[in-house]
Amino acid sequence: MSQYLILIYGDEAGYAGASQELNDEIMAGHMAFGEKNAAAIQGGNALQPTSTATTVRSDGADGFTVTDGPFVETKEALGGYYLVEAADLDEAIELAKQVPSNFGALEVRPIMVFN
Amino acid sequence: MLSATVRVTRDLDIAEECVQDAYAQALVVWPAGGVPSKPGAWLTTVARRRALDLLRRDAVLRRALPLLVEDDIAPPAEPTDAIPDDRLRLICTCCHPALARESQIALTLRLLCGLTTAEVARAFLVSEPTMAARLTRAKKKIAAARIPYRIPSAAQLPERVDSILAVVHLVFTTGHTAPVGDDLVRRDLVERSLDLARMLRSLLPDNADVAGLLALILLTDARRATRTADDGSLLRLADQDRSAWDRAEIGEGVALVREALHSRPPGRYALQAAIAAVHAEASSWDATDWAEVVALYNVLAQIWPSPVVALNRAVAVGFARGAAAGLVELDTLAAEPQLAGYSYLPAARAEFLQQLGHADAARLAFEEALLLTENVVERQFLLGRLASLGASS
Repeated sequence: MSQYLILIYGDEAGYAGASQELNDEIMAGHMAFGEKNAAAIQGGNALQPTSTATTVRSDGADGFTVTDGPFVETKEALGGYYLVEAADLDEAIELAKQVPSNFGALEVRPIMVFN
Repeated sequence: MLSATVRVTRDLDIAEECVQDAYAQALVVWPAGGVPSKPGAWLTTVARRRALDLLRRDAVLRRALPLLVEDDIAPPAEPTDAIPDDRLRLICTCCHPALARESQIALTLRLLCGLTTAEVARAFLVSEPTMAARLTRAKKKIAAARIPYRIPSAAQLPERVDSILAVVHLVFTTGHTAPVGDDLVRRDLVERSLDLARMLRSLLPDNADVAGLLALILLTDARRATRTADDGSLLRLADQDRSAWDRAEIGEGVALVREALHSRPPGRYALQAAIAAVHAEASSWDATDWAEVVALYNVLAQIWPSPVVALNRAVAVGFARGAAAGLVELDTLAAEPQLAGYSYLPAARAEFLQQLGHADAARLAFEEALLLTENVVERQFLLGRLASLGASS
């Protein structure tokens, strides 16, 4: 088995402007995904919006610059993730298809294994 | 042979090395002891034995990690039985939708058709290091993301076959009219696509889309010898010597079209093949059933709404109902962004404008088409058409 990170990208304005019904539906979708795939899911979290992000950049020596905002400003930002276990990419893709992604898309990345 | 060896090594690079070793061994053994009765099976057995030897060494075993994923770890069957299944596995891996289309094509030509990296690079007009890097990147993704080496489930198969057929079709169209270069047709690519389509047909004999694509390649390729004159210049369908069309290919293609059209709704390749069959069966250009061609394009445009299909349909309308009707259809496509760089649109306008006696407008349209093609044979043809209009009035 291998591990994959399913990254949930989406337009934050979409979530902010969604009706209560839609928000409930998205939440229910995550709950259903979690229950159905409990054995495969190793972890996962939703992230606070990028307006709460802080970027810390090393100057290459001893110093750091700390700035308000995400590393990259994009319309569709990382909003959450699941860490899953799957036999292969096809299985990981099938898992990703079940994750709600109303305002963007999902990215599936294999976790690197160091021997 | 490679596909059978991959099952042992589960690593594409190592499998390729083992196959090369097997050929090298054949060069030594065959001249001395004679060619074995089943050379392919002999080579496969040697390659797989070599693979097993290699895998016993720890260092290589580590290199093989992460392994290509396989469902069935059971010892592989006899090479001769295993080959068809293994080739289907290999093409499913090469054409996996998680790989970029250009990588899918490169892997397919390299691993299934056995082209060298240099040959694949030449086919797509990139340098050998660029193609080598592309292949390496794709193989790394297959290993790192664990793209499986297996036949997809029945539920996944249709989507995966679509992706495979798109690759084979692209190899064919790139060969049929090379986008750049001195030759109109790149025979090597056309023949590779025909080999692949035949292989798929033997692996998936009940698939109507496979039958449709094989029919399309056969029926289009049947005209290959007549598409250029002895001096290499382009001959239009109207000017081709129909007696020189390959009747065996046409017969086989027509039978496949009939079979493919039984599926409902008919697929895009079957419909394109049906259009090619109308041309193949017409005794002359004038005898072509253009109403039938337009009707087939109408159905095709519904299931495969692409600007190029719309363009071909518009041209067919011009032949069925006259140049003025064709021009009206073509002008509705003028704003289509996907056709903006496509030389056939102004070239078709030019032909219809000339038929209607608008020589100046036709000249402008031919000049526009000339700006849009890099194929030397097509350029010569367009220059000839331009010259036939005479001097500007």
